[in-house]
Amino acid sequence: MVTEFTPLASLAGGVLIGLSAAGLMLVSGRIAGITGIVRRFLMPDANSRPREAAAFLAGLVVAPVIYSWVTGLTVEQTVSSNGLLMVVAGMLVGFGSTIGSGCTSGHGICGLSRMSLRSLVATATFMSTAAATVYVFRHGLGVI
Amino acid sequence: MLVGVNLLLGLLFGLGLVLSGMADPAKVQNFLDVTGSWDPSLAFVMAGAVAVTSVGFGVARVRTAPMLDSVFQFPQRQGIDVDLVGGAALFGIGWGLGGLCPGPALTGLPLAATGTLVFVPSMLAGVTLGTWVGRMRRRPERLSLGVELRSPELTRRGGRCEPLTEAGKDPVQIGQ
Repeated sequence: MVTEFTPLASLAGGVLIGLSAAGLMLVSGRIAGITGIVRRFLMPDANSRPREAAAFLAGLVVAPVIYSWVTGLTVEQTVSSNGLLMVVAGMLVGFGSTIGSGCTSGHGICGLSRMSLRSLVATATFMSTAAATVYVFRHGLGVI
Repeated sequence: MLVGVNLLLGLLFGLGLVLSGMADPAKVQNFLDVTGSWDPSLAFVMAGAVAVTSVGFGVARVRTAPMLDSVFQFPQRQGIDVDLVGGAALFGIGWGLGGLCPGPALTGLPLAATGTLVFVPSMLAGVTLGTWVGRMRRRPERLSLGVELRSPELTRRGGRCEPLTEAGKDPVQIGQ
């Protein structure tokens, strides 16, 4: 399925994400890694501040509702309805990002922004396995 | 106050995901499909986000404390290990399969696609399992499998523990 190349909207969206990540660090000294924030809420320890984490996640969840309300546009997305595939994908994303200390936001955005070698290695790794997975499951097996 | 700020920052993050197209798994998978219907948009999301975040982190580095909190909590872990690479590899496979990573999955919840509603609970189960596994491995005494396990923290510090002999001397000193 072909999707439209949207350089300006994507750049602008990226700037908003960056403002959020920079803001979270400057205001409360925390990294805007979504896996980390989910963990702080779901399995808190003494330093987690689960209420603040819950507030951030609540903002994340209401975003498309606010977006549609303000712009009058519907949010377009195409999500696989293959239940087994999405269960496996969800488990791998949750487990892998927890064991690997970060996901696209924690390593890909925050980690690269502070020039962390660990995050550079993690980002190169997950980009490679993700691209290989899409290649195999789309062009090889024709599942996605 | 911090709760309100977090709510607004989460909203900003989510609006960024929606505007950028990251909330659409088809767009993400097309970014990853270099040999097929490639859509390079995601590179522009990363470029915009990293450019702004870098400036923000640079400002944080010259300040002594965050505006509403006591300390900047930059990650302290160093070095490349199996957990980092293995975890990232598994995460990438899941990301490629579903086209969803944690942010867009949560932001997509109100759109109520069946795939998202199945993905999110599985992801939360994965985070719980990963956290549990991580905590168990950091407390080797809890795993009495008859195998000697060493905590990663201790190994990094050269395997040194609190010097027990010092503690043992205390009663003698008090006695003197």
